[in-house]
Amino acid sequence: MPAKIKVANPNRCINCYSCMLACSRTNANSVSLIDSAIDVRTSGGIESGIGIIVCRSCIDPPCARACPTGALTPRNGGGVVLDKDLCDSCKLCADACLPRAIHFDRADMPVICTHCGVCAKFCSHDVLELVKTEVM
Amino acid sequence: MWSNVLYIDLETGEHHTRDRSDLFDKYLGGTGVATQLLLEECPAGIDAFSPENPVIFSIGPLTTIFPCVSKVVSMFKSPMTGEMGESHAGGRLAMAMRFAGYDSIVIKGRAAKPSYLSIHDDEVKLKDATSIWNLSSVEVTGKILREVEPGKGRRSIMRIGKAGVNQVRYANVNVDTYRHFGRLGMGAVFGSKNLKAIVISGTEEVELPDMPAYKKMYSKLYGEVVDTEVMDKYHDLGTAANINVLNRLKGLPTKNLKQSHFENAESISGEYFADNLLLRKIACSNCPIGCIHIAMLKTQFQKGHEFEVSHISYDYELIYSLGTNLGITMGEDVLRLIDRCEQHGLDIMSTGGVLAWATEMYERDLITPPDTLGLSLRWGDTDNYLKMIDRIVEMPNKFYQAMAKGTAVAAAEYGGEDFAINLGRLEIAGYHTGPASIVGQIVGVRHSHLDNGGYSIDQKASSQQLSEEQMVDKLIYEDYWRMVNNSLVCCLFARGVYGEQNMVDALECVGIKKTRDELEAIGREIFLAKYKFKEREGFDIDKVSVPARFFETVSQLGMVKKDTVDNMLKLYRKKTGI
Ligand code: SF4
Ligand code: SF4
Ligand code: SF4
Ligand code: SF4
Repeated sequence: MPAKIKVANPNRCINCYSCMLACSRTNANSVSLIDSAIDVRTSGGIESGIGIIVCRSCIDPPCARACPTGALTPRNGGGVVLDKDLCDSCKLCADACLPRAIHFDRADMPVICTHCGVCAKFCSHDVLELVKTEVM
Repeated sequence: MWSNVLYIDLETGEHHTRDRSDLFDKYLGGTGVATQLLLEECPAGIDAFSPENPVIFSIGPLTTIFPCVSKVVSMFKSPMTGEMGESHAGGRLAMAMRFAGYDSIVIKGRAAKPSYLSIHDDEVKLKDATSIWNLSSVEVTGKILREVEPGKGRRSIMRIGKAGVNQVRYANVNVDTYRHFGRLGMGAVFGSKNLKAIVISGTEEVELPDMPAYKKMYSKLYGEVVDTEVMDKYHDLGTAANINVLNRLKGLPTKNLKQSHFENAESISGEYFADNLLLRKIACSNCPIGCIHIAMLKTQFQKGHEFEVSHISYDYELIYSLGTNLGITMGEDVLRLIDRCEQHGLDIMSTGGVLAWATEMYERDLITPPDTLGLSLRWGDTDNYLKMIDRIVEMPNKFYQAMAKGTAVAAAEYGGEDFAINLGRLEIAGYHTGPASIVGQIVGVRHSHLDNGGYSIDQKASSQQLSEEQMVDKLIYEDYWRMVNNSLVCCLFARGVYGEQNMVDALECVGIKKTRDELEAIGREIFLAKYKFKEREGFDIDKVSVPARFFETVSQLGMVKKDTVDNMLKLYRKKTGI
């Protein structure tokens, strides 16, 4: 059964960035924040709340629909798969994603969540969970 | 591996970078490199408020690479002590420096008008700060800068408050609202440079030589951090748990160290805070522990249901300084005092020390209402302490000017030196555990309890019957090895995880091959380099006077004898060669 990442308990977040560093370490082989598919943000400094932005695994993904080159295709279980060779960095996908879960790395490639669950493994506060999806 | 130093001249607004692998190869980073930069950049004998006094920031080879390697070392000549100024802070700063690509930053000169620095990757700009220079709140300053600066979610914002602008000698630099370069007065040095704030962010993608080995090591260290008792100790009640513990053991400085226990400790204890005031916990970047405890204070400001709410971080040292040390009996009142100091940007440990000394002076009629401008000082009187804090920052008369210079200076002018609780001209940390704590803070390179953890050596001594010599040996071991920790720069709360072998292995992952013995030798060398600076600026262990009060109040190890302290200092000098 395919799995997807879920922000299960956002209010438990301590803003440690461990998830982001884990994502880039694993999926981009780098130590960085901008290579991470998940984004932890404080809206107005740390004294206000913390928001966690990650792909919400749409079943009929608007980002894929917006992509003019076919670089993004729906993924089994929700979300999308990126074919870098087809992407021309037009950024239309980013605009189509309401949660703003797509951003671009230094090479101007979209950073797309693969729903691998590594971020959840490195979250010490059970904010994130990898859950099984019913959809095949 | 990384050795990029950014030099900024506030006089001209110019900047350049230089590769300093000569320093980083030899001294790792952090405190090791910052010390060398200080020796290079700070001319001998200058005034701390001279434009020539450099402000230096350094991260290390493991910064952001491994969990809990989350601190930045700052260095400058201290206006409090006239010698080594060194303070460490977390928040997001270490990560922001790593991703901006700067391993050290050296700031010199004085800006022509109020300014702030905006550093985003390669773009370094000195910008006008006239409109925020006199803001009364550190928090609001942060809010304004967040609106106009880029780097959301990745940036760090350092800023000073009114205390720094007015050059109160123990003004701090606030980092990302809840962390600080707290001690020894870097905020005042910022003020003297017309520097209100620094915003920094970056987008670097860092690659390591052997990614598989790195990932394995990361998982190992991460596992150790979250699985050991470190997590419980610092995450659960946090350091504030020590209030009840030290109170029971008679090691809790209270009312200007007249006592070492506090009859009202329960209602300002870590347990009380957690049960009644704690709102949430947060972490420095790349630290899964989350030791930063944030309390919510709800105050009624008008009849009816009119409340204002503030979020205030607390820990053990703050509750001691503004709580037990001032005889404050309710957690809520401690929070009001903490909040006031935070908004002004004052070092809380020094502020509490100065207020405690003044209260005892008032009690003994050594200062009178004309000095305090009508304020009467009584233990536990929160409202008057709040007013006094405002006046320290405003300095309306000679007495408040003296208070703004710290306990040692104020006592030299007004008397009460026997109970002016300072060691090496710095107000002490919240431990009256025994001789190792006293000696540790005298000899420690920055007179901090964290230099060598003297308090915990006292605690060991109480269970293991350590001799004076054994205590000194332990102090020296910590003094050297913490130099290595502080060069990496890992959080000292995770020092249990970053023991000798883990440091060797973690360094290897970033391509630095050093043996355990080589690391210890580097630690010692850094320590001696610091003493070179300290002695050059006139510091002399033999000239540090220990106020009589330390020997009159019972400690966790019973009465401390002056002979014990003198003897340990002698041993320490002999063994370290300083
Ligand atoms: S940026 Fe790439 S993936 Fe996104 S819409 Fe354009 S072509 Fe498609
Ligand atoms: S990237 Fe955004 S639009 Fe695309 S599947 Fe994820 S949440 Fe939906
Ligand atoms: S599930 Fe995987 S790809 Fe998605 S954010 Fe988490 S670590 Fe990154
Ligand atoms: S690892 Fe968990 S606690 Fe830390 S920032 Fe990510 S979601 Fe928040």
